[in-house]
Parts: sequence; C-alpha cells; structure tokens
Amino acid sequence: MRDVAIIGIGMTDFGELWADSLRDIFVMAALEAMGDAGVDHIDSMYVGSMTPGLFIGQEHLGSMLADYLGQAPVPATRVESACASGGLALRSGFFEVASGMSDIVLCGGVEKMTDVSGAQATYALATAADQDYEAFHGVTFPGLYAMIATAHMHKYGTKREDLAQVAVKNHANGLLNPHAQYRMKVTVDQVIGSVKVADPLNILDCSPITDGAAAVILCPADKVKQFTKKPAVKIAASAHATDTIALHQRKDITWLNSTAVAAAKAYEMAGVKPTDIDFAEVHDCFTIAEICVLEALGAVEKGKGGEATRSGFTARDGKFPVNTSGGLKSKGHPVGATGIAQIHEVVSQLRGEAGERQLGKAKRGLAQNMGGSGGSAVVHILEVL
Amino acid sequence: MVGIVGYGAYIPRYRIKVESIASVWGADAPSYKKGLMLREKSVPGPDQDTITIAVEAARNALRRSGVSPANIGAIYVGSESHPYAVKSTGTAVAEAIGAVPDCHCADLEFACKAGSEGMFLAYGLVKAGEVEYALGIGADTSQGAPGDALEYSAAAGGAAFIMGKTDVVASLDCQYSFMTDTPDFWRREYMHYPRHGGRFTGDMAYFKHVRGGVQGILKKAGATQKDFKYIVFHQPNGKFPVRMAKALGFTDDQVKTGLLVPTLGNTYSGASPLGLSAILDEAEPGDRILFCSFGSGAGSDAFIFTCTDKLPAVQGKAKHTRDYLDTNPFYLDYGTYTKFRRKIRKNVED
Repeated sequence: MRDVAIIGIGMTDFGELWADSLRDIFVMAALEAMGDAGVDHIDSMYVGSMTPGLFIGQEHLGSMLADYLGQAPVPATRVESACASGGLALRSGFFEVASGMSDIVLCGGVEKMTDVSGAQATYALATAADQDYEAFHGVTFPGLYAMIATAHMHKYGTKREDLAQVAVKNHANGLLNPHAQYRMKVTVDQVIGSVKVADPLNILDCSPITDGAAAVILCPADKVKQFTKKPAVKIAASAHATDTIALHQRKDITWLNSTAVAAAKAYEMAGVKPTDIDFAEVHDCFTIAEICVLEALGAVEKGKGGEATRSGFTARDGKFPVNTSGGLKSKGHPVGATGIAQIHEVVSQLRGEAGERQLGKAKRGLAQNMGGSGGSAVVHILEVL
Repeated sequence: MVGIVGYGAYIPRYRIKVESIASVWGADAPSYKKGLMLREKSVPGPDQDTITIAVEAARNALRRSGVSPANIGAIYVGSESHPYAVKSTGTAVAEAIGAVPDCHCADLEFACKAGSEGMFLAYGLVKAGEVEYALGIGADTSQGAPGDALEYSAAAGGAAFIMGKTDVVASLDCQYSFMTDTPDFWRREYMHYPRHGGRFTGDMAYFKHVRGGVQGILKKAGATQKDFKYIVFHQPNGKFPVRMAKALGFTDDQVKTGLLVPTLGNTYSGASPLGLSAILDEAEPGDRILFCSFGSGAGSDAFIFTCTDKLPAVQGKAKHTRDYLDTNPFYLDYGTYTKFRRKIRKNVED
C-alpha cells in the first residue's frame, strides 16, 4: 500500500448561499483545491453528500459534478454515511491512491440545505436516524442528543455550563475563520438563555443548517514534488467504524463506540497514542457531542469531557485544541461537506496557513467525522510529510 | 405640480399581543418580541375587511382634500386580501364614497407593495392629464398561517392618497421602481395562507429591493440622505426597516415618525402607506420625505415628496394615524382572535 498525501485544499464560505446552486459551490471548492494542488485534471473523484435527493431533488451526483467540473468521463462516486459522508469520501479516495489504482483523486463534500424549509430539512436529516424505531416515533436529532446530554449529566455530573462552554469556545474560534457561517462571540449566559430546542439543549447548543462545499486533492506521497512546492501532508491513518444507528440499542448512550473503535484503529495505523495528537477537528453537531467525542477519542477519561472543556483543555491555547475552525457549531454544518471541511482545517494548521487561529504546535492533527447519533464514525490522522 | 391633495388612514381598534399568540403555540414570546421588534398587532373586527378599511381611509382622505368624490376619476386599491377572488374591491369603495359611475377602478396585487402601485398609477394619470383626481389605496387584512412566524405580525389597516394638481399638500417630486423575479413569499390560488422562504425573505428579498429602490431614487433625484427630514420603508417587522435605514446611512430620527410596526404589526399593502400618513400628520412645509415600499415577488416603489404650505391646514381635518394606533385599543385573547379572523370551522348556515 502506498503512502498518500494531500496536496490541495479548497472550500466555499459556509452559510446561506442563496445565489449559488449545489453544482456551483462544489465546483468552486473543487477548482480551488485543484488550483492549490497545481493539477489541471484528476483521475477519479469521490463526493460525500448525505441526501441531495431530499434537499434539492438531485441524485446521480457523481456524474453531474464530474461533468460540471469539466472532468467527465473520469469515474465519479457519491459516498453516503449521513453526516460522515465527507470523511468516508476521503477514505474512499485514500484507498484508490494507496492501492495504486489512481494517482490524482479528488475527494469532496457538498450539501445544499437551505433550499427547503426548516421542517423539510429536519425531515431530511432525520432519515439518518432509525426510521422504524426512532424517526417514526417523532424523535429528531436534537431530541436524541438531548437524551445523551441528560444521561451524561446524570451519570458523570456534567454541568449545563460545560455544554455551553463548548459553544463559547467554538464560536471564539469561528470568529477567526473567514469561511465560518456564524462569526460571533457567545457567552455561557447567552447559550443557557437562548431558545429551548430539546431540553437541556438550546438553539446555541446546536449546529446550524448550512450550504457549503469542500474538496481536497490526493496523490501518492512520493509524487508530491511533481505537483506542488507547498508543505505536503500525509494521511497517516484512515479508520471507519459503525454502531447501532438507533440510540436505545446501545448499552451506554453516553459512549460513542464507533468513534472509540475508529480512533483505536487510527492510532494503531499511525503508530501513535492519543497524547501524540497535537490538535483535533471533531464532530460537534451538538455541544454534548464534542464532550462525548473527547472521551471516545481517549483525549480525556470517560465522563471527563465536560470538566476538560471547562478547564480550557480544548481551547485554542489549551493543551489539546479542538475545533480551531469553529467546528460545526460556528463554522456551519453542510452535512456532506463537513468531513472534508474538517480535513481542510487540519491541513491548513499543519501547513501553517490558518491565519489568526494558527496553532503554535501543529505537526499531527486528527479529524473525527460522525454520522447520525454515532451510527458511523470516520477518523483520520494527518501529519506533516 | 402633482402630488398628494388629501390623505387618510384607518386602523381597526382590536389588538392581540405576541404573548397571547406564543402561549397557544408553546413558543417563546420574548424571543419573538426581540427577533421581530414587535409587541402586538392590529386585528380586523368580524365585520371589517379590506373594503371597509379602504373606505374608512378614503373618507379621511376626502375630508382632508375637500375634493368632491364625483371628481375622482380613478380608484386603485392595492391589497393581498381582496375580499373577492373575482369581483372588484375598487367599485365597492367607489360606490361607498360616491365616486361612481364616472370612474376607472382597478384592483392591484403585489404582496406588500400593491398600495404604492395604486399611488403611482394615480399620480401618473393625474400628471398625464387623463383625470383631475385619482385615489390610490393600500389596505389589507393580512394573512399568516396559524403558528407560523407571520401570525405574530400579519395585521390590518390601510391608507389612502388622493393625487391631484390643485392645493397639493405634498408634491411627488421623483419616482423610481426596482424589480426582480424573486420568489420569497407567495400564495397560489386555493391556498388559504401564504408561504415564505424563511430567512431568504431578508437579504435576497427585502434588503436587496429596498436598497435598490432607495439607491436608485437618490441617484435619479441627485439627492443624499441628509436631504430628508423623514424616511419610511416597508415595515414587515421592527427589525428590517431599522436595520435597512442604518445600512443606507439614515438616522433613527429620520425613521421613528413613520415606524408604526412595533404596535401595529405588518399591514402588508397598508404598511408603508400608513407610515407615510403618520409622517404627513406631523410634517411641516418644506420637509422632504423619502418613501420606499417592498413587495415580495419582488420589487420596491420609491417616492420623494416635499410638503407644501397647504399641509398644516389639512392635518387636523381627519383623525391622525397615531390616534388610531395609540388610543382605545381593545385586546383580544387568542380564541376571540381566531373567531374574528374566521379561523374556526363552523357549519355553513351559521
């Protein structure tokens, strides 16, 4: 298996992109990534998108986007694993380059969520839950994560303020990210005082509905210098795991086993320990999710995610910075694009191109992308080559 | 000189507070009040509709102008709640005020912009010399689906303006319109309530078109923000017109007189015309007024008026807009409100 490098990245601004269609924003991100990589063609592409059929009535996405990118007849595949679709698209492209099948592969993610009403978007997102046992009974994702939060607070004494602190931290980071949808500072009091969504989660505990696209270009690590003089970033590990998609079927709803399993595989593949990771982009679709993910990644002990957040452990100037991009909470969450946007941030940090939010030490970063309430998880570890 | 020779307003006395609506739907009243910058809205009584509101406003305009109804050669009523799908609102108004039969009537619809269309057509016909006087009215008993964000703002009221060349109280100095095809809010035939595109109705619709209308008329007239004592924009909620005015370089002082929405709600076709009538109630000779409506679909009509020395004499001849708004309100509970708005399904013979 060949080592694989990321040589180009691109992404659109995240937000309510009323004037641009799905194909527009994908092509914008993809062309930026190709330009960044210094390539004018690709051998193959993978696109993560959760449900363009429900959001804009368009399936057959691979071919359409390859065409609009001017790359048809290259093979193009749409990849779906709910909100982990982007991460899985990267993993699919990684396989193709690592195996020697292709040299230049584009891995992208895209979602256009604001062309439908809030109720229709909620319905579309709820298709990532178990239809027979969850969605049909009226449970939505805010409701599922609210149950996780309540259980975590009960079991470990996690405080309401700890949840709020995740949003406070991520908005403080997002304020420095020009691509972020909600570039605003929020306080613990504002989060706790914001409109109730599903107790104990309020509107400022939830990631928004977003349009956006992101793309990266992969090539064999030994061919990097043929294309770019920029610092190359190696994919040191790519791991994927699954869990029951219905929350009630898990032994412990506060434990994200798919993330834990994928992380363990990723650490093994990269030959590192959790403490060897300098920083991470994680799937904070709700504030409680980031707390649970910290625990599943082994960055903190089980039950200590809230306390770690409160202590500043995950702040940009903390020991283990998490979501320097602003995370899903502030940067926005175009579901299929999120996994690739996380890679965009990790690569930006590793290259030293993260501007005002650049970390002092950034040699090895981790990206954790999650589908549904943890029914799937994809973990990548990237290193400066 | 062509302009307004008489103006009049009408607002029903019934009100419902945001809290009364929010409590029924389990919604957070403080966040709605803060988000919409709106505390309550007017509600039409069970025997009131767009025709009765238009007639009341027209009668006030006639009182101020002193014009004989028989000399009004055209009546245009703009509304998105005409009582009949097929049958004229304008003829009912014309009959009620005594303007028939030597009169041209038409009903207009362009979401919240229909009132200013009537004003523009009336102005154009008078300027062309086709009629001596013409009446433009914007009136609505606005519709919002139960539980929808619009239910907190959709209100009732209207204003009427008689255009003419003699004894003008506010000359219409410049007009500019800004239109694009933008589907931000709509109601198809047989749909009971309108639908809207959520936040799409903001930047891409209201703000784009009001900005386009205001910037267009300033350029056309060679005017600047400081040339105006008063400005009035369409006011679907309290936030939009205030934010728009600030972004365009206007001050709160220029906005406040015509800003009725916090206690009136959004009277759709009547909204910016009512703001204008409230300004005319207080303005002095020489004051210049910048007006810009907005209608979904989408477009804006902008006017520049200059008040003449004839204005003070007519201001007291009819009830002031703020008097309708601020005095003698009758607050409804949600149940009575739904009865008044005919939201409760009954047997047909009842």
